[in-house]
Amino acid sequence: MNKIIKFGLGIIISLFLILSANAGSIKIGTEGAYPPWNSKDASGKLIGFEVELANALCEIMKHNCTIVEQDWDGMIPALTSKKFDAIMAGMSITEERMKTINFSQGYADEVASLAVMKGSSIENMDTPEGINLNLGGSDVEKALKTLTSSLSGKTVCTQIGTIHQNFLESGDVGKVNLKTYKTQDEVNLDLTNGRCDVALAAAVAFTDYAEKSGEAVVLTGPTFSGGAFGNGVGVGIRKGDSKLLNDFNAAIDKARDDGIISKLATKWFGFDASM
Amino acid sequence: MISIFPSLLNGVVITLKLLVSSMFFGLLIGMLFAILRINKNPIINKFAYGYSYFFRGTPLLVQLYLIYYGLANIEFLRNSFFWAIIREPYWCAIIAFSLNTGAYTSEILRSAFQTIKEGYIEAAQSLGVTKMITFYRIQIPIAIKQSLPAYGNEIILMLKGTSLASVITIMDLMGEARKVNVLTFKPFEAFITAGIIYLFLTFIIHNIVKYLEKKYGFQT
Repeated sequence: MNKIIKFGLGIIISLFLILSANAGSIKIGTEGAYPPWNSKDASGKLIGFEVELANALCEIMKHNCTIVEQDWDGMIPALTSKKFDAIMAGMSITEERMKTINFSQGYADEVASLAVMKGSSIENMDTPEGINLNLGGSDVEKALKTLTSSLSGKTVCTQIGTIHQNFLESGDVGKVNLKTYKTQDEVNLDLTNGRCDVALAAAVAFTDYAEKSGEAVVLTGPTFSGGAFGNGVGVGIRKGDSKLLNDFNAAIDKARDDGIISKLATKWFGFDASM
Repeated sequence: MISIFPSLLNGVVITLKLLVSSMFFGLLIGMLFAILRINKNPIINKFAYGYSYFFRGTPLLVQLYLIYYGLANIEFLRNSFFWAIIREPYWCAIIAFSLNTGAYTSEILRSAFQTIKEGYIEAAQSLGVTKMITFYRIQIPIAIKQSLPAYGNEIILMLKGTSLASVITIMDLMGEARKVNVLTFKPFEAFITAGIIYLFLTFIIHNIVKYLEKKYGFQT
């Protein structure tokens, strides 16, 4: 009799554990190769702005969260096939992606920039400091013209499936000799190796790399925003998962009001990239 | 699915170019090292064994990364005339694939050489044929005939191996399929189409080898 009671209790307890673990538990996918947004430390642990922000948002939503790693080029398919429930991977909100998934409101925005090795012939370009493609106007047009002539005949490298690739293929800077890589780390490597004349990514991705590797990578040309560069970075969520979307939006509001986002952004980017 | 076909076909051309060039250089390397392998000199023999041991014992992906990113990291090579070759991902892929398939080919040919019946060679020698002519006119033709089925397998393995070229920015069939995937977020369509094309290529290679085997191989 005693044995049966113990056995029964065991089952009830384990069932309870399984159910409680599932209640309010979500998985968040990130790349772990795009510092300072998300990356890994020497021991392989995921770190970065979005990892800490994800934990903060989960605390606000009272969800149990696990952060999982996913290659960039499989990120959206992995979300739609329910490998995880949300994307926080420095993914900009673009119309193209909105056809397949939903986005929460943006939580951070960060400009893109070209980078070259010190001593490159296009290290100094006659362009404004930053251009916003949404605004247009003669300044933007002139800058794009300068870029078109500077980039012609150069090998331009970028990560596959990014807003940066979209921009380079949009024709705004003419037809460039484009090379695409699986990760930003590989773009950085081939920029220093000399296979790439110039690379395009989030400006911090280059400054972070230059600082850590000691390589003479420098930013060049204007910083970019708007247009193909999307409208900030948000949480990617499956279409139809509206409850989770609302939860995230509310949590981002709360985190912004409490100053959590801007504190974390300043910590990881060196400036307040929150929005 | 129909709409992604043209871009994938561009990739097929690159895949076939990679395959044909690597099989060509690989066969030359393989023949050379097979001859070194059956050499009686222990130093030459060990050197050839070491080569095939390394390239058969490490993943092709590691070899590709080693040649593409590893060599490019060596300052001295970057400043030499080798850089003109190593700079191009296409040549890096061909070097890696040729060395890899060369190692397997050398083993296939070596075992073919070693299984040639002593009787053939003795018969030639008893008729007064020189060692050199015995080697070129008897041993090599028999070895090639004997290794045809195994070599056919090697071609098919290499065809599949070329898909790794996409990780060093080459837009081969796999590279194009990955591009379709990131543009449409439809991995199933992109990769099943690529898979079917690879299968079709395998089917063609298989039949060519079967035909050659029938024509030139040993009748059993």
